[in-house]
Amino acid sequence: MSASLRVASTVEEAVHELAAGARPVAGGTDLVVGARQGKAPLPQRLVAIHRIEKLRRIAAHDQSLRMGALVTHAELAANPTVRSRLTALADACVIVGSHATRAFGTIGGNLMNASPAMETGGPLLCLDATVALRSASGARRVGIAELLAGPGQTTAAPDELLEEVYVALPPTDTGSSYVRLEYRRAMEIAVVGATAVIRFDGDRIAHARVAITALAPTIRRVPDAEAALVGSDAGTEAAQIAARAVAAASEPISDIRASSRYRTAMATVVARRAIAVAAARAKGEDIPVPASTASGGGPR
Amino acid sequence: MRVAATLKVNGTLYPLEIEPHASLLRAVREQIALTGAKEGCDDSECGACMMLLDGEPVNSCSYLALQAQGREVTTVEGLAPPGELSDLQRAFLEHGGVQCGFCTPGMLISATALLRRPGTPSEEEVRTALAGNLCRCTGYEGIVNAVLAVARSRSEPLESARTRGA
Ligand SMILES: Cc1cc2nc3c(=O)[nH]c(=O)nc-3n(C[C@H](O)[C@H](O)[C@H](O)COP(=O)(O)OP(=O)(O)OC[C@H]3O[C@@H](n4cnc5c(N)ncnc54)[C@H](O)[C@@H]3O)c2cc1C
Repeated sequence: MSASLRVASTVEEAVHELAAGARPVAGGTDLVVGARQGKAPLPQRLVAIHRIEKLRRIAAHDQSLRMGALVTHAELAANPTVRSRLTALADACVIVGSHATRAFGTIGGNLMNASPAMETGGPLLCLDATVALRSASGARRVGIAELLAGPGQTTAAPDELLEEVYVALPPTDTGSSYVRLEYRRAMEIAVVGATAVIRFDGDRIAHARVAITALAPTIRRVPDAEAALVGSDAGTEAAQIAARAVAAASEPISDIRASSRYRTAMATVVARRAIAVAAARAKGEDIPVPASTASGGGPR
Repeated sequence: MRVAATLKVNGTLYPLEIEPHASLLRAVREQIALTGAKEGCDDSECGACMMLLDGEPVNSCSYLALQAQGREVTTVEGLAPPGELSDLQRAFLEHGGVQCGFCTPGMLISATALLRRPGTPSEEEVRTALAGNLCRCTGYEGIVNAVLAVARSRSEPLESARTRGA
């Protein structure tokens, strides 16, 4: 069979192509780049979805934000609702790749590529996002934890298109952050990363979410860290206990970028930083985006 | 199998026959014979292949040519009318922003996109905007100085009118 590419202009057309065995391409910054790097050859049959107007929309409502699958990292990082209410997601999107990567890389592609090091997964997981999946035979909605199955793997069927990401906006006094450890400031993939979402009731934490990035086969929450934070004042002691829980929940790989032991050691560092920034933001402090830079950058 | 597709590059429409897996870089260099954009790493790390797609910098080595149909592609050749240089290109010459020249087309594309955004970029913002463009001669100082000089001159309209000789 020779290669083919169809440019879809509607969701219906796209899911019809998927049902016939085509693979979707959005910005191509994972799919086409991966093929160039020799990870996997380009699928023979492609459906380009970048022209589907409906999937480009980002719409803030009173209580929620709906992000079409084609919304780019640049658009998310610049969106006022994302910056003020879903700050961890802004922290994540603004540090993705280069200007070119952010201009063409999409949120749908980031999630569906399912890299354990992907930037948006931790924030979306901790903010209880859901995604809408559609195929020629129906539609369903799943949470991020349900979607991510392993490195490069999701629970979406091959004929399902990710249509949108939905987040209910947390109360305004919620603080969130995403911090990644990086060896240089740009064009970097997370060596390890951590997300924290915190809300206080008085001077005690009433709600806490913590997730780890590039530390396990999928991005995952760390319930023991969350439990250590709830009821605490987010002080050094609670943050230490939470950070130790993060290290305990980590099962990182060793690769060219870092050894497993180094990743586990650094997990505690990024977790402490993410918790500190989220707590400060919850208290109304203005910690600039991205938190990775604001909280120190490299190893310390 | 090649399919018929029209690409609009630097304002000109080119009817082409394009292989579905072909990159935008290959189509523009090999079929349109505009060789300003370079192939460096061929996987989006180095930025030598950058073009503007609807005004945004794209790594054309890893972008499918067929996805550029119906959109505006600008290569380094399109940054100024034939035989002329843009203020940014002139600044690269004045500030020693060109050494071997291989990264220059991509640098110019990234910087052009940056300078079209509202506001005057800081040095930090210039360095961030150029983070996806590698210069193997490591001539970053001259490049950054050139972009900053243009940013400043454009924010002072009278001043820049004078230096342009207008
Ligand atoms: C130089 C460089 C730097 C990068 N830096 C980072 C970084 O710092 N952090 C980070 O997280 N990522 C990074 N990336 C990876 C990539 O840019 C992002 O993951 C991006 O969001 C992918 O989006 P895309 O639209 O380009 O995906 P594509 O490559 O088009 O698609 C990726 C995968 O998802 C599938 N897909 C796409 N859209 C849909 C959909 N709507 N429904 C179903 N399946 C779909 C495709 O079939 C494919 O399998 C980088 C990439 C490059 C080249």
